[in-house]
Parts: sequence; structure tokens; C-alpha cells
Amino acid sequence: MKPILTAEKAVENIKDGSSLMVSGFMGCGNAFTLVDALINKGSKDLTLITSDTSFPEVGVGRLVCQCRVKQLYASHIGTNPVSGQKMNCGEMAVTLVPQGTFAERIRAKGAGLGGVLTPTGIGTAVEEGKQKLNLNGKDFLLELPLGADFAFVKAEVADKYGNAFLPGATKNMAVVMAMAADYVILEAEKIVEPGELDPDKVTIPGIFISAIVKSTLPASNLQLKP
Amino acid sequence: MDPKELKRVRMVKRIALEFPDGALVNLGIGLPTMVANYIPDGRTILLQSENGFTGLGPAAQKGQEDPRVVNAGGQPVTIVPGGAFFDSAMSFAIIRGGHVDYTVLGGLEVDMEGNLANYMIPGKMVPGMGGAMDLVAGAKNVIVAMEHVNKNGAPKILKKCTLPLTAKGEVDLIVTDLAFIRVTKRGLVLEEIAEDTTVEEVIKATEAPLQVAGKLGKF
Repeated sequence: MKPILTAEKAVENIKDGSSLMVSGFMGCGNAFTLVDALINKGSKDLTLITSDTSFPEVGVGRLVCQCRVKQLYASHIGTNPVSGQKMNCGEMAVTLVPQGTFAERIRAKGAGLGGVLTPTGIGTAVEEGKQKLNLNGKDFLLELPLGADFAFVKAEVADKYGNAFLPGATKNMAVVMAMAADYVILEAEKIVEPGELDPDKVTIPGIFISAIVKSTLPASNLQLKP
Repeated sequence: MDPKELKRVRMVKRIALEFPDGALVNLGIGLPTMVANYIPDGRTILLQSENGFTGLGPAAQKGQEDPRVVNAGGQPVTIVPGGAFFDSAMSFAIIRGGHVDYTVLGGLEVDMEGNLANYMIPGKMVPGMGGAMDLVAGAKNVIVAMEHVNKNGAPKILKKCTLPLTAKGEVDLIVTDLAFIRVTKRGLVLEEIAEDTTVEEVIKATEAPLQVAGKLGKF
């Protein structure tokens, strides 16, 4: 069984300067309760690894707007204008990663691979500083694994072993991020006894999860959106 | 319908004719999204949403939004019968692995070698590439849908792109309000022109050299 903690307790060990992965796509699947607890705790200088910076007032977007992020790894920041401003004025270092490469780098970390070879980014600014390999007549970039100290993932249902069901399009980066961080906090709307979640409905196996937190904020980003 | 909208509809209608029945298609946000509304009768295509599903349906009706089902722009949408949800690693395996038959994206610049620039203007617009680089590198057929010239009337189809590239040599077709152009190893071939323009006008609005197809079509 995994510890079931309050959000405050779960984020206690996240230090200023820690690296943190947050799953979600434009707020869909963000762990709103955990992000809120981190903001209330006053965490800053974070290295944030997330597919996009959502909208200014939604989920992970708030971390950027409240100046908690020193270094950002993301594939898209266009829906949160504050991200671009902070990048341009040098307040936040931003590394833009193609979305598929982003997923595979994180997966590589979690899967014990030394890196991945991808054709994405060949002939573009993305290949700068990277090793290029020609295999069977085709060019590939060597992309290195990407891990983090902590990850926030969000489920609709979790059992007490941390097995998690993520419906619809909320799965996005959660599956790979749960594999790639040292301490993985699972936020769940509903926590059930072992056996109540059909093993065939498990999106993320509980073995990756360090602690479980029950959501106290609604899952919908829609009514919050500007 | 105002004339500008009519031209846009003409473009997306023409693009929609490209997809065979059963094709898996990924449409970019904006103009490319409109293509889904003009699939010819008798054909069915399957749309992919790169944030994690196949079977992307129309926007959700007001009051029917499900926060767990959004498109790549974060907007509430629907999934059609026959759709499937998956995570990002699977979604981009589908994209990079060549399982997407067609992708339609907007463009800032395209050149005669099939290079595409559509994700940033240094110092001005730096939204990030999102999934565009993977899509252009991985989809079997890449269609760029855009206005033939920019706001200032300058050509967007160039000899060589000046903006940072999204991908090198991956564009197969360019469809604009004026022309239907195929990218070949020997350069750009003008295959069709819009019904209210002329070959001369298209050539004038294009910086890259165009070869005019022997049998020129109209759309």
C-alpha cells in the first residue's frame, strides 16, 4: 500500500531548485490540487518539465505566472503569453523540445535507455549541439533521457497500491512521467480499495507511485479558461 | 459568405479531395481544422488528435463539454464511435512511425526544396514547435495550407526559407487561395490554379520558380 497524504504533506520535500515533471496538456490532466499546494508552500527556482505551460490561470500555467520557475522544458508555450515574456526578458530559461521527442526522452529515462534516435528536428535548430547518426541511409538525432526529482500525475481513480485509471485525453504525458521521476505523487479524484479497480483498466501501474493525494480542486480547466 | 471566407472554403474543399476513404489524418489548428467539414460524401476519414486519441469529432456543444476530452488546442471536443484514447508516447509513435497518412498544417514560408517554416519568428513569435516537427517529419504526406502571399503581399513560397525550419524537405503539397502545387525532386509543379486567377498571376505571386503541369487543372 502507498501512503495517502495531504497535498501539503506530499509536496513537503520539494525544495527550491528541485526538478519537477507535471503531466497534462493545456491543463487537461494537470494535478490542480498538487500545483496549488506547491504555490501555497512558496516553492521557487524550480526546473519545470511539462508539455506546455497551459493558460495563465490554469494548473501548471500558474507556476510560470507566479515566477516559481527558473528553467522550463516544454514543447509549446504559446497559450500562456507570460511564458514567452519571461523567456524573452531572460527571467526564465526555456528549452523547447518537439513534443514526440519530449515524450520519448522521458520514456527513455524511465525505461533505462541511454537515449533515443529520432528523425524529428533533422535540418532544424533542434539539432544544434546534438550527435547525428546516419543509419541505413537515414539521419537521426541522438536525444538523451530526461528525468526529474519529482513528478505530479493526475488520475480519476486510484487504488491504494497506486494503480491508476486515467480517462480520455488526460493520459498524455502522465504514463511516461510516472516512470521517470524519483518521487511520484499521484493526485486522484477517487481513492478505492485494492481490487475495486479492474487490473485491465489500469493506465499506470502502482509500482511507479510514491504517494497518493486526494483531489480537493475540481478537475475541469474549462470554466477557468480565459 | 465574404470573398475571403469563400477562398478559404475553396482551399479546404480542394484539400479534402486528397484523402482516400479510411485515411488517418492529423489537422493543425486554424484553417486546417476546417478541412474536416468538407470530406466528400461516401468517404470516411479518421482524425488524430496528437494529445492522445484517434476519432476526433466536432467541437463539444455548449453544456456538453467534457474536461477530459480536449483537442491539441485545449478546446473541448468530442470523440466519434470507433475512436481510441492513448498516451503521448503512443500518439507520437503513431505520428513518427509513419502511421499518419496525411497531415495538414499552416505555413509561414515554404520553399522549392519542400522545407517548411511555421513555428517561430525570432524575437517576435516563439510559441514552440509543439507536435509540428514530429508531424512533418513522420506523416506519409505533408500538406501545407496557407495564403499564397503574406499580409504585405509578399510571396510565402520562396526559393529558400528565411525563418527557422520546422522540417527539411518533407512538404509534399502546397495548397493556397491561388494554387495547388506539388513539391517534386525537380522543383515545384503548378498542377492546378484557382478558378478566378491566371498562371501569370500565380507565378508573379511566387518567388520560387514554378513548372506548369502539361494538363493544368482548376479548383
